[in-house]
Amino acid sequence: MTTTAPDATAATEVAAHPTGGHDAGDHEAGHHATTTGLSNEKLAMWLFLGSECLLFGGLISTFLLYRNREIPEGQGPEVAELYDIPFTSVSSFVLLMSSLTMVLALASIQRGDHRRCRTWLVTTALLGSTFVAGQVYEFTAFVREGLGYTTNIQSSAFYTMTGFHGVHVTVGIFILLSLVVMSLRGKLPTERAETVEIAGLYWHFVDVVWIVIFTIVYLIR
Amino acid sequence: MANETLEQSSPTAGHGETVSGTAHAHPSDGKYVQIALILAVITAAEVVTFYVEDRLGSALVPILLAMMVVKFAMVAAYFMHLRFDSNLFTRMFVSGLLLAIGVYIVALLTFQFFE
Repeated sequence: MTTTAPDATAATEVAAHPTGGHDAGDHEAGHHATTTGLSNEKLAMWLFLGSECLLFGGLISTFLLYRNREIPEGQGPEVAELYDIPFTSVSSFVLLMSSLTMVLALASIQRGDHRRCRTWLVTTALLGSTFVAGQVYEFTAFVREGLGYTTNIQSSAFYTMTGFHGVHVTVGIFILLSLVVMSLRGKLPTERAETVEIAGLYWHFVDVVWIVIFTIVYLIR
Repeated sequence: MANETLEQSSPTAGHGETVSGTAHAHPSDGKYVQIALILAVITAAEVVTFYVEDRLGSALVPILLAMMVVKFAMVAAYFMHLRFDSNLFTRMFVSGLLLAIGVYIVALLTFQFFE
């Protein structure tokens, strides 16, 4: 059983609330004093993103290993033969710009501009949807060329990796739309801007993963 | 009181102090747009390498990886606010990232990927 010395607790409280109580910053953060002085929710999201690095690292490594294997005759084309780099470049640009609109949404709500925040959140969701639509188009184009999920080991790894990423983007879109609905219902005041920030962290991470995938999977062949 | 003074004195510089005392004046909207433009230019440069890869030869991979790292760092530092927030967040994320990179480089080496 751990005990905290009263003085240490008091010191933490004073450090967290220099004014002696809840102040504007505390309300803006929307959370109570913590041991670290930081938001537990934000810390949890960063920890989660750290673990997501391991997930996507595994998926990308698996694809890289299978990409080097020779495809037996009759087991479809190699993935790299079917890439449409210009198309994927545009998709990448769209996702990159969605990161911009996401951070602008955060900046808006931190300023108390809820209307603009909703506009930027919707824009981010639309850009994300455009990216996912591009991925779906790419997948269907590959399937038409004879590269399905089970065609060969390379295709399985490719679809698993990009599919997982696409699912992450889709989940992010739902999160963004949920924030818009919350804002419309008045349940996302300026004091809860951190909620948008945490959603933004997830969204930016999804973008960052695509930055890695686009380079390592598509451009380095 | 100190937090309120800071917020009042710098209404446009950023988004003020947090109760934790981690002062982080976030970039302005214009700065975010600048960062996005830089990222777009780097992305364009990456795409250009696709068309000139024969000329780049063995330099292609290091160049692409360098551009990837720069974009990654810029998004993490500015859009994810790691540059302006507590170091603990950076340490937490970078730990996971380095662990992932280390583990999977070992995995790739095990399967002789780099040979």
